[in-house]
Amino acid sequence: MIERLSFLWPEIALFATTCLVMVVGLSKHLGTRKLAVWIAGAGLLVALFLSAASTPHLTQAACPFSGTVFSEPVTAKSGQLLLPEMVPFAKCLIAIVGIMMLPLLSGTVDRLEEEAIAKGARTYDALRMNRAEFWAFFLFSLTGLMLCAGADDLIWLFLALELTSLPTYIMVAISTSRNQSREAGVKYFFLGAMGAAVFLFGFALLYGGTGTTNFNEMAAHFHERGINAIALVGIMMSILGLGFKIAAVPMHFYTPDVYQGGASQVSAFLAFVPKTAGFLGLLLICSTFGWNYEPGAVVAADNAGLASVSGAITQSPWGTHLPEPVRLMLWVIAALTMTVGNVLAILQSSVKRTLAYSSIAHSGYMLVGLIAGPGDGSFTQNGVSAVLFYLLAYGVMNVGAFAAIAALERRKGSEEPREIDSFDDIRGLCATHPVAGWSLVICSLSLLGLPPLLGFFGKLPLFTSAINAGEIVLVVVLGINSAIAAFYYLRLAFLPLTETADASVERPVFTPYRGRRVAGLVSAGGVVALAIFAGDLMQQASKAGTVTKPAAVTEQLVRDPATPVTPLADAGAR
Amino acid sequence: MELFALILLPLVFALGVVVLPAAQSRVVALAGMLLTFALTLVIAGRFDTADTATFQFAKSVAWLPQLGLSLSVGIDSISLLLILLTGLLGPICILASWTAITDRIKTFHAWMLVLQAAMLGVFCSRDLILFYICFEFTLVPMFILISLYGSTNRKKASIKFFLYTFTGSVIALAGLVYIASQHAAMPGRSWTFDIAALASTARELPLGTQSWLLLAMMAGFAVKVPLFPVHTWLPLAHTEAPTAGSVVLAGVLLKLGTYAIYRFVLPFVPMAVVEYAPFLAVLCIIGIIYGGLICWVQTDIKKLVAYSSVAHLGFCMLGMFALNHTGIAGSVTYMINHGLSTGALFLLIGMIYERYHTRSMKELGGLGAKMPVWSTFMVFFAMASVGLPGLNGFVSEFMCMMGTFQASSAWGSSNLWGSLTDVRPVGVTHGNLGPWFAIIAGTGVIIAAMYLLYMVGQIVWGKLREPAGHDHNHHHEGDKHAQGGLSTDLNAREIITLAPLAALCFLLGVYPTPMLKIIETPVQQTAALIEREREGLPTRPPKATPEGVVHSNAAGISNNAQEARQ
Repeated sequence: MIERLSFLWPEIALFATTCLVMVVGLSKHLGTRKLAVWIAGAGLLVALFLSAASTPHLTQAACPFSGTVFSEPVTAKSGQLLLPEMVPFAKCLIAIVGIMMLPLLSGTVDRLEEEAIAKGARTYDALRMNRAEFWAFFLFSLTGLMLCAGADDLIWLFLALELTSLPTYIMVAISTSRNQSREAGVKYFFLGAMGAAVFLFGFALLYGGTGTTNFNEMAAHFHERGINAIALVGIMMSILGLGFKIAAVPMHFYTPDVYQGGASQVSAFLAFVPKTAGFLGLLLICSTFGWNYEPGAVVAADNAGLASVSGAITQSPWGTHLPEPVRLMLWVIAALTMTVGNVLAILQSSVKRTLAYSSIAHSGYMLVGLIAGPGDGSFTQNGVSAVLFYLLAYGVMNVGAFAAIAALERRKGSEEPREIDSFDDIRGLCATHPVAGWSLVICSLSLLGLPPLLGFFGKLPLFTSAINAGEIVLVVVLGINSAIAAFYYLRLAFLPLTETADASVERPVFTPYRGRRVAGLVSAGGVVALAIFAGDLMQQASKAGTVTKPAAVTEQLVRDPATPVTPLADAGAR
Repeated sequence: MELFALILLPLVFALGVVVLPAAQSRVVALAGMLLTFALTLVIAGRFDTADTATFQFAKSVAWLPQLGLSLSVGIDSISLLLILLTGLLGPICILASWTAITDRIKTFHAWMLVLQAAMLGVFCSRDLILFYICFEFTLVPMFILISLYGSTNRKKASIKFFLYTFTGSVIALAGLVYIASQHAAMPGRSWTFDIAALASTARELPLGTQSWLLLAMMAGFAVKVPLFPVHTWLPLAHTEAPTAGSVVLAGVLLKLGTYAIYRFVLPFVPMAVVEYAPFLAVLCIIGIIYGGLICWVQTDIKKLVAYSSVAHLGFCMLGMFALNHTGIAGSVTYMINHGLSTGALFLLIGMIYERYHTRSMKELGGLGAKMPVWSTFMVFFAMASVGLPGLNGFVSEFMCMMGTFQASSAWGSSNLWGSLTDVRPVGVTHGNLGPWFAIIAGTGVIIAAMYLLYMVGQIVWGKLREPAGHDHNHHHEGDKHAQGGLSTDLNAREIITLAPLAALCFLLGVYPTPMLKIIETPVQQTAALIEREREGLPTRPPKATPEGVVHSNAAGISNNAQEARQ
């Protein structure tokens, strides 16, 4: 049993930390309360260590829980993961970005309460305080995210996705005491629930089409019998629903409102965590029907739409294309997402809304890698590795951009301080607040993809893998979009650097939470340093992007061949 | 190793400028630039002139092998010349801004040094992505120099500059990555961004693909040059940039585009270049004529010189697209010569602006009597820019035109020359430009003479005109560019900045042989390479002579052309 648990050690560690944080954060003593964030950090470090150490177990390729939790064990190897190497990489990535976000998120909740208590105006009242909940939700969300990476089953994936999302709704709502935050939280919740309903329905159809919820078996089913119409609809709905998580057009509408309504640092969290969850989900779903289709081959389905003709799909070497309808859908979503995100970002007058639209555009860039697929598995050709590496790059540079505005505020009397949000506020920041200013400049240029910063090395594999997969038009769209993005990233990068602050406007001041500045510095430093020493990370990402063939395909099914695989296929055969 | 040192040296001094107090920025920056220049001279001294086509001082350090990247550097004689030019202009720029930059001194000098490093990096790179990184990174320092130290319209100018060049180069990157992916797809080859390896792959691609690649690459590099329809950022950026910025922009940054075309477009997609050379040449010629005519109506002298760059770079590119030895050699020398003479003109204008705070021809005039030294330099460099025989501009301009003139194997089959003579002209090379291109471009030389002489006439000769209320002893209060300590005519520092440029303009004008000799082998190889590819192209039927129609003269010439082809 203990050996089986090794697969989940990081999550278990995080979960234990969560429980501890929840208790400690409620303490009457300020010092103990403040420990919560340190404990969270320690938990994340332990999780990082465990994730990195779990690699050797995973190369033996098995999710030990498969077949015991949700379904009967069918084959000896049905627990084998389709993206086995992705699990440790994604978990490490999540832990690293999580650690970077800790200082950024410091002081998000309870600020006025703590001040009142410090002044003696009020006594400690556990019911009014949110600190414990906030950090617990933060860790819950990251736990869910890690679980996403290791999912081998639709139900597991769904639960993990929900565990990731649900805490974020509350984090947005409690991030400030403004009503906008609550509005944003509610809006986010309702639209999120709708997204979840869509992909859950998709998952249900996938089960209907294949008769299994296990990814490995699903892959084997697709491989043997092709993708039938029901499963195809299921795939498309799943992608559409997951599109909500990554804020892909047309499921992006909530993004700017929610990012603007929440506190800047929570928006940074939102820009990374659900996006990562969505991309992990998309990668897992796509890995079941795989990348072994001829370009342009249409998935065959009979008129009844119940079962496909066996062998109707043009089988080709692993690693070429997605099935045409799926590719087409993703193609359109990717092109729209990039373009809409970038064009609308130009029109914004609020920094946070600009960053929100830019986060939409970045999802579009990453979809290009998803469409490209694993290629021959080398880093330059592997779109899956490119997506994973870009997630890391985006996570790092995104923190810095948001940290710069989260580190500053305007304060009037005893009101809750207002965070800065307009372009006027960041004018001349490099002169007045060098740390915040420079981290904004460096991270914006990196988000733009200007060499030699990390963002460029994130984008380059997307370029190479997509060109290699023959998606020339999409690459041109990507290129043009990078150029459009220059409009607003230039504004973000050079307003602080080359303009001077308007003397008539009251200058924002630093928040008392030094952690936010530190987060900005770490992020900006990471953007520069990781660009120079990215080799190792690329190696890891390259390994992480390995898509294995379903074990059930390579090995004969243990199942009696006379038994119908799915009720539906059976019905179609009759 | 030397080349890595060359790139790192300015960066180290940039760090020094940041760390040390602002009062010492100028000295540190000057020391950095001078040391860098000294290093370029050392490299030039150790350059093996017997073997100019090989990339010398080559060094490769693995970096991000997963992406096929390596830090590989190496220079041939053409890179060497451009490195020397960059090295020379570095200290001159710092000296030229000695009194002009009084605000944010640290920022200015630090970015100048960073810019220097990036430009040297471009000319040294033997790895496509290293090249691209340096090429793109020049945008940031230049953007900051323009938008912080420029004149009134600097914001718009800097943004336009950045967006134009960034947009183009992203598309160029897509094209270059496509070549790399084609390279990796070939059996037995792995993913690499090594320039030499990719060039051989790109040449094997079919004409259709090459044409698209040509379009993609020109999208990036033509903006930088700039060629006619995408030139509009240049006059604005030039006019608004501070003097040092203009000098670097005209002297080196534009050469990044021409250098990239020489280094990538010609050897990578020779078939497509041959196919589309007339079209590109037409763009060059439009640039020459149109740029020249705009210059003629300018009253702002800086804008005039800025537009003259459009026209001059048109000549440079025209020579390149002639695709023969004379044309390409002319184009390469043009890069150097334009950097020297136009750089100097911008310096001169900067000196006037520092004194009078105006660049309008209407407000200035007759300075010959008041500022004889300045006027001498002005006339000298204007002449060099016009292309007066004996000065450097003439050599390269003449070679570009001659290359264009010769570049037609169907010389005379359907034009005036053919009908008048039955003799195949001497010196004709293969190509599809020809006399008409040269003649029309030639009018650009006349236009250049007109506008530059007109400008010189206005400013240097005639009755003394100075801006109203101008008084040298009067101290401009609240003026950013305080002119404290500036003499009426040029002071020693200013003469020192101009003298080396003048000496080189003269030297390269009367005795260009060493420069032409050193670039001969690589240019010869490029021309030969294009010639080889030209033979691979399907020969088109002779134009304008329908079969069956007997036209003795034309037929005779076509036969000659056919012979020449064989």
